[in-house]
Amino acid sequence: MVSYIWGIFIVIGVLYSIFTGNVGALNNQVLNGASEGINMVLKLLPMLVLWTGILQIAEDSNLLSKFSNLVKPVLRKLFPSLHKDHKALDYIASNIAANALGLGNAATPFGLKAMSAMQEDNPNKDIATPAMITFLVLNTAGVTIIPTTVIALRLMHGSANPSEIIITSILATICSSAAGLTLDYYLRKKANR
Amino acid sequence: MNQWIIPIFVLVIILYGFQKKVDLYNSFLEGAKEGLITTFKVAPSVVGMVFAINLFLNSNFLEDTLSFLLPFLNKIHVPMEILPMAFVRPISGTASLAILNNLFTLYGPDSYIGRLASTIQGCTDTTIYVLALYFGSIKVKKTGHALKAGLFADLVGIVASIVLVSLFFH
Repeated sequence: MVSYIWGIFIVIGVLYSIFTGNVGALNNQVLNGASEGINMVLKLLPMLVLWTGILQIAEDSNLLSKFSNLVKPVLRKLFPSLHKDHKALDYIASNIAANALGLGNAATPFGLKAMSAMQEDNPNKDIATPAMITFLVLNTAGVTIIPTTVIALRLMHGSANPSEIIITSILATICSSAAGLTLDYYLRKKANR
Repeated sequence: MNQWIIPIFVLVIILYGFQKKVDLYNSFLEGAKEGLITTFKVAPSVVGMVFAINLFLNSNFLEDTLSFLLPFLNKIHVPMEILPMAFVRPISGTASLAILNNLFTLYGPDSYIGRLASTIQGCTDTTIYVLALYFGSIKVKKTGHALKAGLFADLVGIVASIVLVSLFFH
């Protein structure tokens, strides 16, 4: 999917530039294309390195697992089909905690473990269980508290207040998570009828 | 309030680490090293995506083909520049980040477009990628209504971003 879209972007970009007579600009872009990407990596690097460092302290002091214990009671309500001591709940909690703090890369291994824990008691290995679907919806709605990458990029583009979008991001993520979970709940109920 | 969140967060983490007698500095170094490695690991995909996205956006293809939407978008106060972002966000995080970078370069991070794009990037995750990765890892083929609910959540997140950013920054 991504690789398809990637190709399409390039093909359309090149053909349309030729079509509209912008070959000079196009040539420059193809030649300079890589420097902008590397610039972006370098822009993101300082804050991501700092942030993963700080959060490692939170992990080593068990603050991160305390934080995920905080979300667990809510998760039990959202996943009625999972036993309240199901180990998938632990992984889901850690996944959400890591995602919320802007550690997407650290969140993924927890997410994968949660999926395989739920797969263990799935009678039909081909078909997603309701709990899996709820987890995926929650995950893709992207519960965020600190959108680290966005803040880092804003900072390096000279924003006067890089973190000013935190509140709007949190409120928007609440809306999208609530909407996803509601639709999931409604469709689950409808299917059971 | 926005300015308080991160400093307080850092303070709490350090103080809690002190209390639990964590080797603070070495913990930090270990995490920072990991952050460095992951950032360099994603560098090739960032370079590839920024290249493709910039070719596409700078060709003006989108502006020319979607100009008929302009009167409608103006009416609901949605800048046209945000469309590629909204379209790509559910598919690839790196691609939407590349668009975000492009918008910051053109309009600045503190413009209406910059703030709106920041909020959209911050509020939701890449539905299609996550679905493929997570279900693929356990070989589940029938994913029920996961895609439907996930994309619905994205749509609501984008609409909410537009409403919230116009409310908060005026």
